[in-house]
This record gives sequence, structure tokens and C-alpha cells, in this order.
Amino acid sequence: MTSQSVIATATPIANASSASAFHIYRTEAKYEFLKTLRQPAYVIPTLTFPLIFYAMFGIVFGGKQAIGATNVATYLLATYATFGVMGASLFGFAVGVAIERGFGWLQVKRASPMPPLAYLAAKAAMSTIFSAILMTGLYALATGFGGVHLSPARFLGLAGTLIAGSVVFCAMGLVIGCYSAPNAAPGVVNVVFLPMSFCSGLWLPMPILPKLLQHAAPFLPPYHLAQLALQQIGFEGTGPAWQHVAALAAFTVVFLLLARRGFKRDDVNVNA
Amino acid sequence: MGEGRQIVASLDGVTKKYAEVTALRDVSLKVGAGELLALLGPNGAGKTTSVRLMLGLAKPLAGKVQVFGRDPRITAARRRIGAMLQVAKVPETLKVKEHINLFRSYYANPLSLRTTLEVAGLEGIDNRLFGALSGGQKQRVLFALAICGNPDLLFLDEPTVGLDIATRHLIWQQIRNLVKQGRTVVLTTHYLEEVDALASRVVVLNHGGIVAEGTSAEIKSRTAQRKIRCVTRLRPADVESIAEVAGVSAQEGRLEIRTMQVEPVLRELFQRDPALTGLEVSNSTLEEAFLKIVEAGPQEAQKEMTA
Repeated sequence: MTSQSVIATATPIANASSASAFHIYRTEAKYEFLKTLRQPAYVIPTLTFPLIFYAMFGIVFGGKQAIGATNVATYLLATYATFGVMGASLFGFAVGVAIERGFGWLQVKRASPMPPLAYLAAKAAMSTIFSAILMTGLYALATGFGGVHLSPARFLGLAGTLIAGSVVFCAMGLVIGCYSAPNAAPGVVNVVFLPMSFCSGLWLPMPILPKLLQHAAPFLPPYHLAQLALQQIGFEGTGPAWQHVAALAAFTVVFLLLARRGFKRDDVNVNA
Repeated sequence: MGEGRQIVASLDGVTKKYAEVTALRDVSLKVGAGELLALLGPNGAGKTTSVRLMLGLAKPLAGKVQVFGRDPRITAARRRIGAMLQVAKVPETLKVKEHINLFRSYYANPLSLRTTLEVAGLEGIDNRLFGALSGGQKQRVLFALAICGNPDLLFLDEPTVGLDIATRHLIWQQIRNLVKQGRTVVLTTHYLEEVDALASRVVVLNHGGIVAEGTSAEIKSRTAQRKIRCVTRLRPADVESIAEVAGVSAQEGRLEIRTMQVEPVLRELFQRDPALTGLEVSNSTLEEAFLKIVEAGPQEAQKEMTA
């Protein structure tokens, strides 16, 4: 820093009225992705755990068995993709928001002219990219080693459904991020994430789970998304699609309302 | 604040409570274009709360907050503002230039990356990850984020806390340059030296209210007795009989005389003791003035409450 370096006064610019919203959203998303890509604590579990689990349960154990007309490896491709997308969204939002909020960084961003929605959209875009990478890996694994025959068109239908449905996990992660201390967030997510995955039939096919769990599953958001995912690969799920979509929408609304309350609380919590 | 200045930010009868604590009580404050206003006060006085309100980070319980004529909680109202806040942790896996480019994208007419790096003294480390920086460098990145949008109004919440003296002086120089260019700066600080070095106007806050306001010289003179020290054969009781003297104490064979008016006291002293030696006259420091005002604060506040 030299004393000569002085900011040039008033650089004239033709369109000085407002920064382009598109430019802000794109830049925010780009740096959110880069920032996360450099965090092994996020990248490694998000991209490898679902692949390892699928290789073990879907390919090695599932093998040639079938549930109805669908073979287990194909069935579990849909549910482990759901599991992976849920992980990418939940951890991305919950841990990111808890740390940035808890350590004051979110406040710096909120004091700037950043549109608040850009912050959330960037995190959603980031988890979408990781979800897409993960699902491509699962598809390659399933078709290359699991003997799964799924047309690329069907795979795209599956991936699209899961990415659209992941909004419920983004919202859920946002709630965890708003209410947990920065250092506690990863633990809280795991406590929610792992049991919920099992109970929603993401690890083992729903029909072989105990009856009690089968009745409880509709109270969990991942169950509904998994049913929609299964319908995409041709497995006859339980109940019509609209019911699952309605359930996911309801969960999303509740989570967003809770998150909004959490953000409002911030103003009260900060000390003078 | 100079007369006829345009008001760029204001608190108008603002009260703010956090749970049970009243952080600000009916405070009115105006920030004029081009001034460097320092908010001074002990911890919990309401400095940071005032800044948070003007940045739209908090909502007042009563009263009105305006920045450039608008409610700062509206995103668009903050396009001419930059802020340097205290933050415990900044994302560490972005590079210096990435952090700056992201914040530049929020503004319609930002400074170039190069100018920003230059002004904040970050040349040569723009490709480093934030997590790999030293404490002083991290603070300079936060300064860079505050100025990169080319703002007309800049809020600096304790900008030089924990910095080495060299970096502090360099940041001061940059703040002076910003003001010279006609920008407005609102500064909160614990360092009275910083206020003396930079501020054109000081507002002293205590217990959520304004207890003093003026230039740093005015604040000093408000409370300010000056000190005369000398070696003399006069006894303290003799000196106390001089009308303008506020107090006398004897220290290590010298007298220390406190007064608001040095000159008549000196004339009288020389008349009574022509052999007087070792004369020293000192102004009170802003720190002394500040402590006096803050000590007086709570009583005044209590009077107001019972009234």
C-alpha cells in the first residue's frame, strides 16, 4: 500500500444505474462452487460415499436379485442417487450457512448490495453441480459394473427429477444452518441424514424393511423423492406421483418458513 | 457537522433493543456528505448497533433510519455503501482476487481489481487463498471489500483493530485519501489516537445515548482543563487563591495546576514568583476528555430516566 495509490475519482460508466442481476448471480454461483470444490471435507464424502455404498449394496450384494420386475441394482441406483443428492444439498446448505452465519461472514454479505436470493441460488447451483457429477458417476458404475440397463433418456429423467426435488433438502439444510452453531452443524446433519436415509428406504429396498418403517416412511421427505425417482426408472412406486410432489412441496414450505424465522432471529441475537 | 452539508445518512429518534438490553435510546444522528465521523464509546455503548442500523442489518424498534434518503434494509439502497465489519471467519478457500471480484460484481461502477489491490496494499498476493494470509493481510482484504464498489459512503467498524502500527498508519492514509476525494466515512473505534488522526467530527456514545458531539478539539476543550507544571516556592494554598485555578497538587517538588485558562494563571504565577522554573504546559488528551465524558454519562442518563 503506497500513499500515492489513490482511487481515481468517478470513472464515468454508461450504465451506472445498477449492476446486472445476471452477472451477480453467475459470479456468486461460480465462486460458491470454486470455494466448495477446494474443501475436501465436503467434496470427498459427497462424491465418494454414495458410490461406495452403491457398489457394496447395489452391485456386490444386490447383484441379480429382483424386486418385482426390477432388478435390485437398478432399484438401488435410483435410491442411492436420491441419497447422494440429499447429501450434497443438506451438507452444502447446513454447514455452509451455519459457518457463514455464525462467524459473521453472512453479515458482511448482507451489508453489501448483494441480492439475498443470490446467496441461496448460488448454494443451490453449487449442490446441483455436485449432484450431477455424483449421479453421472453412479450411472457409469451401474451400467459398467452392475449390469444395469437404463437408457440415457431415462437416466436424464431420473437426474432431472432428483435435482428438482433436491429443493426440499436445500430448504432443510437451510433450517439446520439457521439454528445450529457453526461447529455443531456437520454433526447435526449426520444425525438427521443417516437415519432418515435408512428409514426412507434409500439404502435397502423399501419392500424388505420392517413393516413399521414402511408405515413411518411417508413422514420423511426423502421417501417421497425416492418414490418419484423409482417411477422414473420404471418401478411402480407406491401411490400416484402427485401425492409425492404435494408432500415434498409441503415439507419445503414448512422448512422455508422455519428458516425465515431463523434469519429474523439473527437481528436479535447479535450483541451491541 | 458543517452547515449546509447534504445529509447522506441519519438516525432519527431511534431506539433499538436486543431482548432485554436497550442498545440505543432515542438517538438522533446525522452524517453529512464528505465528513469523517467517528463514533466513540466504551463496549456496549451502541456504536456497532448504530452502524448495523445504518447498514440495514437491524431494524429499529422506534424511529427512522435513512441512508441516501432510503431505508437501508432495501438492497438497492446499499449500492453506494461499502462496509468493513468485524468478522470472525471469512471463507478461506477463495483467493484474494476472487473475494474482491465477487464483491465488485455487486456494484454498478466498481473500482478495477488492480486499483482495489493497490489501494488496499494487496499487490502480489492476489492469487493467495484467504486462509493462507497473515492477520494484517486478512484485515486489508476486508478493507478492499469495503472500497471495491467505489462507494460514496463507507462504514468502518474498528478497521485497524489488532493491526501492527505500520499497517494501521497505511490504512489511515488510505482513509484520508478517500475523504479527500469527497467520500463520507463513518468510523467506530476504540483507539482515541485514531479519532484524533482522522475524524472531522466525533460523537461519543455511552449507555445507548449520545453524551458528547463535536470536533475532536471541541470535545477536548469541553472537559478540558490544561495542566501547568512548575517548580516554585509558592505553596499549593497560595496558588489555589488565584481565581482561574481549578485545582492544585504537589508532586515530587513540583506543582501541578489544573485550569481552563492558562494565560491569566501564568501571569499571576510569575508576578508572585519571578524565580519560577521548569515550566510545562500541556493540553489534555482526547483520552482524558473521553474518560471524563463517559464517567459523567450514566448520571445524566439516569436523570433523564427519572425525569
